[in-house]
Amino acid sequence: MAMNAREIEELIKASLPDARIVIRDLAGDGDHYAAEVVSESFRGKNRVQQHQMVYKALQGNMGGALHALALQTSVPD
Amino acid sequence: MSDINAFIDNEVKSNDVLLFMKGTPTFPQCGFSGQVVQILDYLGVEYKGVNVLENADIRQGIKDYSSWPTIPQLYVKGEFVGGCDIIREMFQAGELQTFFADKGIAVAQAA
Repeated sequence: MAMNAREIEELIKASLPDARIVIRDLAGDGDHYAAEVVSESFRGKNRVQQHQMVYKALQGNMGGALHALALQTSVPD
Repeated sequence: MSDINAFIDNEVKSNDVLLFMKGTPTFPQCGFSGQVVQILDYLGVEYKGVNVLENADIRQGIKDYSSWPTIPQLYVKGEFVGGCDIIREMFQAGELQTFFADKGIAVAQAA
């Protein structure tokens, strides 16, 4: 089972509406993605907390339907 | 606290640098685990690897323990530092070396 990039983006957007999201399909198999997520809500949080917010947005799909999502999070400049 | 949670908690607190991974430091069985192994080996940090593929309870238990859905997971002095992405990002920024130094963990090679 795999997810497409649009589904991933929509899930993240639902939790982090202000987020700017860039998703790349690394292997073309719908199973290995890289995502850059930029959101004001990350401000003041460490990397672990920022990634946890994204994982939470993905509602349990991470590690399940979604095998690999390389994450890079940051706050807007 | 369940048995598995108590076991994980004890492992995390009794090893200065602990890596939950797929495979072993000598034979990583997943590219993400392998990347963290390479970084730790490059830095010459002493660490213990726990192979989650050998025990399904630990594999699930560690995800619950940290509220983190993926393996590998690196713990330093009882603190969850991050998974593969965070460790790589910290390493590339030179932060990981400083982090180990601040925690009093010996690093063999200066970056």
